[in-house]
Amino acid sequence: MRRTLTLVGLAAVPLAVLGVFFVLPVAGMISEGFYDDGRLDVGAVLDVLTRPRTVRVVWFTVWSALAGTALSLLLGIPAAHLLHRRRFPGRAALRAVLLVPFVLPTVVVGVAFRELIGEAGPLGFLGFDGSAGAIIAGLAFFNVAVVIRAVGAAWESLDPRPAEAAAALGAGPAYVFRTVTLPALRPAIVSAASVVFLFCATAFGIVLTLGGLRYSSVETEIYLLTTNLLDLQAAAALSIVQLLAIVVLLAITSRLRAVPDPTVARSTARPPRIGRRDWPSIGATLLVAVLVGLPLAALVVGSLQVGDGWGLGNYRALTTEGSRQALLVPATSALVMSLRTAVDATWMSLSLGVLVAVVVSRRSHSRAERRARGLLDGLFMLPLGVSAVTLGFGFLITLDQPPLDLRENPLLVPIAQALVALPLVVRTLAPALGGIDDRQRQAAASLGAGPLRTFATVDLPVLWKPLLAAAGFAFAVSLGEFGATSFLAREENPTLPIVIFHLIGHPGAMNYGMALAASVVLAVTTAVVMLAVERLRVPSLGAL
Amino acid sequence: MLSLDHVHVAYDGVPAVVDATLELPDGHVLAVLGPSGSGKSTLLRAIAGLEPVGSGRICWDGADLAGTPTHKRGFALMFQDGQLFGHLTVARNVGYALRLRRARDTEVRVRELLALVGLEGYGDRLPATLSGGERQRVALARSLAVQPRLLLLDEPLSALDAGLRERLATDLRDILREAGTTALMVTHDQEEAFTVADRLAVMRAGRVVQQGDIAEVWRAPADPETALFLGYARVLDGAEAAVVRAAAGLAGDGPVAVRRSALVVADDGPVRGTVRSARATPEQVRLVVDADGLGEVDAVAPLGAHLGTGDRVAMVVDASRTALLPTGN
Repeated sequence: MRRTLTLVGLAAVPLAVLGVFFVLPVAGMISEGFYDDGRLDVGAVLDVLTRPRTVRVVWFTVWSALAGTALSLLLGIPAAHLLHRRRFPGRAALRAVLLVPFVLPTVVVGVAFRELIGEAGPLGFLGFDGSAGAIIAGLAFFNVAVVIRAVGAAWESLDPRPAEAAAALGAGPAYVFRTVTLPALRPAIVSAASVVFLFCATAFGIVLTLGGLRYSSVETEIYLLTTNLLDLQAAAALSIVQLLAIVVLLAITSRLRAVPDPTVARSTARPPRIGRRDWPSIGATLLVAVLVGLPLAALVVGSLQVGDGWGLGNYRALTTEGSRQALLVPATSALVMSLRTAVDATWMSLSLGVLVAVVVSRRSHSRAERRARGLLDGLFMLPLGVSAVTLGFGFLITLDQPPLDLRENPLLVPIAQALVALPLVVRTLAPALGGIDDRQRQAAASLGAGPLRTFATVDLPVLWKPLLAAAGFAFAVSLGEFGATSFLAREENPTLPIVIFHLIGHPGAMNYGMALAASVVLAVTTAVVMLAVERLRVPSLGAL
Repeated sequence: MLSLDHVHVAYDGVPAVVDATLELPDGHVLAVLGPSGSGKSTLLRAIAGLEPVGSGRICWDGADLAGTPTHKRGFALMFQDGQLFGHLTVARNVGYALRLRRARDTEVRVRELLALVGLEGYGDRLPATLSGGERQRVALARSLAVQPRLLLLDEPLSALDAGLRERLATDLRDILREAGTTALMVTHDQEEAFTVADRLAVMRAGRVVQQGDIAEVWRAPADPETALFLGYARVLDGAEAAVVRAAAGLAGDGPVAVRRSALVVADDGPVRGTVRSARATPEQVRLVVDADGLGEVDAVAPLGAHLGTGDRVAMVVDASRTALLPTGN
């Protein structure tokens, strides 16, 4: 009884927040589509699903996401091996650099790719611009870091002795990998793959900037339908498809990810030096480095080009509103706005995330309790897969009347961003808490420590590093968030990604140069935050 | 005094402890002995307040503990692997409960406790630098720090290797006696139970099948399974039991449990048989004998007895190494 009450009490605040700022807007958005002039019209929504364009969009979303996931795994797993299982000079730096793309704002990634493969770009001759291949490369660019992180963290702490035992029994390296290492890594690979698939399937900024008119995913289609065509029925239908697909995916992965004993046993073996037999890993890592490095280099080079010469003109222009009044405020004040919003979003998602992580990571005493915790876990993962566009538009149409008239509230944008970051925060904190042997808490309790004191003694020492890491993630997510923010940010107070998107959309060389410069500034800001996090060496994202 | 009154504990509807009734008077050490899966650890966790009790009562001095959370019970729990707080030094681990109660002279008391468990000067070390045995000693000192009204020990020695286990079991007994601690220890090792405890409760399949003074339980197991679990090699029934009873001069008519060393080779022994195999150990020669009227039984002979397969031997029965079991089990 007491346990149930504690569970309910801890979950109450996050549930309320999720209810008001996630379930309500998303449900409102969806029901908007179902009601036509005040009457329920399910048929019209279902009709949308049989439109040839809808079928095409859904099909493209699925196969591009699958291709993006496959490419990310193909490159990421060998790179994870090299970066987490081998020793070589410059390893830490390379690890940090390859992590950067994941936290780059998607708009920046889009801009960087267009700078590289656009008609005027150094790889323009490939005719890659506007092709599906470019989108898939963009998705892999973004997500290979997730694979490296998640699989690498698991690989690093893998006990090498079973593999050695297999080798001693006469198994060759390939056979050892297939029969011993791979099964041990399976939970990490499965969860990395599922998260990457989610990110790919709901990628917004990348598809919007690279897809042009030819390619549209469910996410960009929802955006297009709501903002340009005002076809809310179709948008609602697609949102439902997306929601259902994600619930199914989350359920499957939680099944596949389940391990009998989550308690972490780490090995501290020093990795061996890099050797000649590591050539597959080296090759893959080089490919990743090229994939990550080229667009970023193109971005930086482009931002330094002023007219036919070189200079910092584009950066100086950031204090202006751009040519032909592209913006209402200078880009620099948008940066300030971005940073302030990110601070708010960070503390919000951290406070919610700690509560959720505590609730979902405690060991359950009965099957019903385990099911309840599993359900909560899945519930708080939903923002990961629900279209940020749906969320943002839902905010607009549901939080517009008392007692929830929040449209003018400056905290609306950070709240939306905090919800987008919440799954990541929970996934960083929960494994750390789940890795604590519950008997540590029982030992403290049996020595007379109350629940709070027990938390301070047992949980907090383990938690503070992941907490800092989660803060970094939340901060970076907020800095780069585009989908929801594009609906919610007021025109006189835009964040930097919004400004970049506006600048790309406005004609004029100066505006484009400014967009490149602003992208570099945003990328550097985010990267600095993430590198600070990387110094903490938290195996975060480890259980995503 | 701890008393359990018809306690049931279940996991998800599967009963783990069934109808357990126990009493532990102050100052005594009770060993709960049982094979793995017998529900003994669940019983301990229920007493600690870590498992909800389905029905029945767990009382301290007559007061029901049902509403009292773990940290307010005043029972200290020591785990199989110590569960020291890895980020705190030995001294801070030991002084944890003292600081919690804002006790004065914490440092002095910590030094005393470390001396008690034989770890003087270890105060500044971190748990990771200690051996398994040292860690268990620290865990014991930590549990004893605030003089708990009941100390609960969950297989305290089973994570240690054999030699260390034996030594630490003796130390544990002495420390508990010296501190006058009431303790309940869960174990699957009869030797450990015999060394540390003065009372014994045997559990099997969730039930307490026998309890009482440790020597008494040893002398008179309640049924054949208990006898075998307590280390008796064989339980003989019917005519075979009669042969042993007659040879040992025991009255009664029930089954007899015999230890491996109950039959001892002696020139004028009443039981005769043929040696099937002989194996020398450091202390004696262990035999398997095909005894007349008994079938194959274990026996021992003094070192230096040159016996081989096929030799005829005479044996006496050492009554103190047998136990009469109640009839009708």
